[in-house]
Parts: sequence; structure tokens; C-alpha cells
Amino acid sequence: MIDIQDLRVSFGDGGDAVTAVDGITLSVREGESFGLVGESGSGKSTVLRAVSGLNDDWTGRIAVAGADQGPKRQKAFYKLCQMVFQDPYGSLHPRHTVDRILAEPIAIHGLDDADARIDRVLRDVGLGPAFRFRYPHQLSGGQRQRVAIARALVLEPRVLLLDEPTSALDVSVQAEILNLLRRLRAEHGLTLVLVTHNLAVVANLCDRLAVMNRGRLVEEMTVEELRRGAAREPYTLQLLRASLGYDRATAESFRDYA
Amino acid sequence: MTARTDTQSAGWREWLTTDTPQSRAQARLGRAWAGWTAFRRNRLAVAGLLIVLALVVVAALAPVLAPHHPYAQDLNNRLMPPSAVHWLGTDAFGRDILSRLIHGARLTLMIVTLVAATAPLAGLVIGTVAGYFGGWVDTVLMRITDIALAFPKLILALAFVAALGPGIENAVIAIAITSWPPYARIARAETLTVRRADFISAARLQGASSLRIILGHIMPLCVASLIVRTTLDMAGVILTAAGLGFLGLGAQPPLPEWGAMIASGRQYVLEQWWVAAMPGLAIFIVSLGFNLLGDGLRDVLDPKGD
Repeated sequence: MIDIQDLRVSFGDGGDAVTAVDGITLSVREGESFGLVGESGSGKSTVLRAVSGLNDDWTGRIAVAGADQGPKRQKAFYKLCQMVFQDPYGSLHPRHTVDRILAEPIAIHGLDDADARIDRVLRDVGLGPAFRFRYPHQLSGGQRQRVAIARALVLEPRVLLLDEPTSALDVSVQAEILNLLRRLRAEHGLTLVLVTHNLAVVANLCDRLAVMNRGRLVEEMTVEELRRGAAREPYTLQLLRASLGYDRATAESFRDYA
Repeated sequence: MTARTDTQSAGWREWLTTDTPQSRAQARLGRAWAGWTAFRRNRLAVAGLLIVLALVVVAALAPVLAPHHPYAQDLNNRLMPPSAVHWLGTDAFGRDILSRLIHGARLTLMIVTLVAATAPLAGLVIGTVAGYFGGWVDTVLMRITDIALAFPKLILALAFVAALGPGIENAVIAIAITSWPPYARIARAETLTVRRADFISAARLQGASSLRIILGHIMPLCVASLIVRTTLDMAGVILTAAGLGFLGLGAQPPLPEWGAMIASGRQYVLEQWWVAAMPGLAIFIVSLGFNLLGDGLRDVLDPKGD
């Protein structure tokens, strides 16, 4: 479904240039749920932004659903591939009602039957019609993230890109959103690409994952291998140890992997 | 009867303040109601609103309210002090100052409305376009803004009026041309704070065009500060118009424009103070009204408020 070959992204020019993504090759199969894991600054979100079309300054090859994508995307691409952002407090327009937020993509793509679509997608994400005319400030964090997911789903995409969709939420709400995503994936046959630093979230939602460090792909593995702790690379093992919780001896044993 | 009216109004209030509006209109009205509730708490702002509303009413009903015709001369009764017949006295041609002030409210309101409808709009478009696109678009538009800002406002307006010819329409055009740059600056600053926001990225990812994003997503976030700034600037617009009138470049005689009225009264200001003081008082009260209103609107419309 998604094919990335030798993707490189750098910010800045000349001597100040920082290479955020340094030659990544990976592919995600149709209907698969793929996790992209790494610490802050590893370039995982940058990969997602390049795939989604938000970042148009990259080299390499990105193909989605068999079609090569250039830096500028066609309208049809956005109907195929949508994204959910990390912070539900920043991803909803503060002056738009839920109704307006969900009606906008329908209007842009000229789809018919807006009312029915909005009702259906609100029910889909577990918000009733009662929420339809509320403003974001009248919603909790979890409800906002549900609205953001509804906005991504209203165009009925086949690929959903998730940029740390739960890390801005309370732990109890995180579980709700993860359950929602798992159900939506099953119901709509979605292909998910999830970026996170949280290995528990990956183990919960994904089939396969790739570990990134300093803009490079360190290792690809299945969730089964992740659960068994069967990582081959020392960096992945360190990440696994780090995810178990803080412990002074463990922290002191950490080293930098360039 | 009273009890029924009470429950009725309570029902309306509930309908307006509900957390679960049933329609677009209800959501919008509820939002407006919340704004009005916040605005009402500021007594001075309400006073400002009343002054502005009074100006509108006076301008609308000028022929009915004015006790005399604004141009009716009576050379036997020139420069009369305030009395029962002429409440605010008469000017050098024996015209009733109160009637002239009431008719002048129309001119003032016209100037204010025309400037408020043009300059902030131009500034909003230029500022949001510059801020959203950045790069060379931003550079070009902002340098033009800088150049326009570098001129002293009244002097530039004077130059325009001198070029276009004196008259109230040309004064309005001159004021509008000289007052858009600050609005462009504000709109650009607001745009820069939101253009990298996730909700703008989300709109782009839905395939929204730049036009749609600027009109539907960025402008609504800029208008609040522009409305506040515009109301606060209205006092300055009235004063600039009065200043141009005072210099003889704005409204031409016998139009009862307040600034021109002060100018014609200045020869008598020591002996017959009311001729210049009464229009001055009118300008003062209306400017104060706009300032108080703007201050109250700032509290209500502050986008960081919610």
C-alpha cells in the first residue's frame, strides 16, 4: 500500500542543514497496521509528514496505493490517505463547530449527502449526534481526538496516518482511543501507519514495526518478536529496556547509537 | 403573567446556553449570547455601546430631532449664547448649533462607516495573504506596508486630499488609504501565529485550496483583533476627519461637519466659546464612546479567551 525507497529529508541549507531522515526504505502492505518507533528527534514524524504531503521537500520515492507521489499532491490523494495529529487541542479549529469541521472535507471533495455522512461518521467514532453542533472548547481531550479521527474518516480513506494519536491524552482515554482505532481498522479495512515512542501502544495496535534512530531505520520486526523481546540490534534492545520504566542502573547503562 | 414570562425567558436562556445545540443557528446564537453576557458585565463598554447607538439613532432621525434647519441663517441672532430657543447657541450666521450637530452626526457616521468598511478589509486581505504565503509575497506586501506606514497619517491624507480636491468623499478616501497598514500588520501577525497550527495542516491534508484556508480558517481568527482595533481607531478617524475639516480640506461649507464647525468657531473662541466648544464636545463624546466599546469588545473577542 505504501512504498518508500531511499527517502531523505533535510531542513535548512548549506552548512546548517540537518538531515532528519537519512535514506529510509520500507513498505506497508494493504490492511496492515504498521508502527514507526523511535525516540524524540529520530525522524519518525518527518517520514509521516513526507508521506502525507505536508512536507514537500524530500528526495527518494514515495508510492501510495501503487501510484508514485510527487511533492505536490492531487486532490484524489487526500481522499485516499488521511492523517490524525498528536495534539487534539491544536488540530481542531477553535472557531469551527464539529459540524463545520466535518462538513469541510465533504464540501472540498464535492461529495453528496453531507448530513448523512456526518451523522454516520460521528456514530462511527462513538460520538452521538448531540456533539454535532458543539465547539471544540466544549469537548474533552478524548472527545476532541474522536472528532479529529472522524474528520480523517469522513472522506472514507484507505490509509490512515497516525502521529502519536494518544500521547496527549490521559491513560484511561488512551485505551479508549486505541480500542476505537482497532475497531475502525477492522470495520473499514484501513491500512494504519502509527508513529509513536510508546512501545505498548505499538504492541496493542500494530502487526509489524520499524525502529528508527537518528534518521535511519535500525530494525524491522513483528509485534510477536517485540513481545518476546527478540530484537537483533543493540539499540532496539536498549529502547525495549527503556520502555520498561525508569531504573537508575538501566539508565546508566545506556549509550548513544549513531 | 409575570411568572409565565419568567419561565419563558428561562427557557430561552437554557436554549441559548445549552451544551448540546441542535442546529447550526442555535450553536451560533449560543456563542453570540455568551459574548453578550461577557460584554454586559463591563459597564463602561455598555456605556460606549449606548453612545454609539445614540449616534446612529440621532443620525437616522436627524430631520425629526433637529429643532431648526441646519442651514437656516438668522443674521439678527448671530453668536447667541445657549438659551431656551437655541439650546446650544447659534454660530456666526445665526444657525442653530444643536441642529447642525444633529445633522453633522450623519456625516460623522458616514465617514466612520466608510472607513471601517474599507481600510480594515484591505488590511485583512493584505496581511493574511502575506502571512500565509510567506516568501517573496510576504516581502513585497510588507515592504509596501512599511512605506505606507512611514508617512505621518494626517500629512499623507492632506497630500491625497490636495491631489483629489477638497470634499468629504475625498477625505474619506484619503483616510482609508492612510489607515490600512496597521491592520495589515495585525492580520499578518495573527496569521503567522496560526499558519503552522495543526488545524491548518489538517485543512491542507483535506485538499483545501489556499483561498479556502485563508478565507475560512485564518481570517476568522484575525477578525477579532481587527474589530477591536477598528473600534479603537474610530476615535482617531473622527479626529482626522475633523482635522481635515478644520484645515478646510474636508467637508465644505455649509455642510455641518463637526471639525469644520470648530474651525469656523475659532475666531470667536474667546468671547463666544460655545461656537467651537459644542462640536468639540460632540467629537469628544463620540470618540469616547468608540473607545469604551472597543475596550469592551477586546475582552469579549479575545481569541485566547476560550
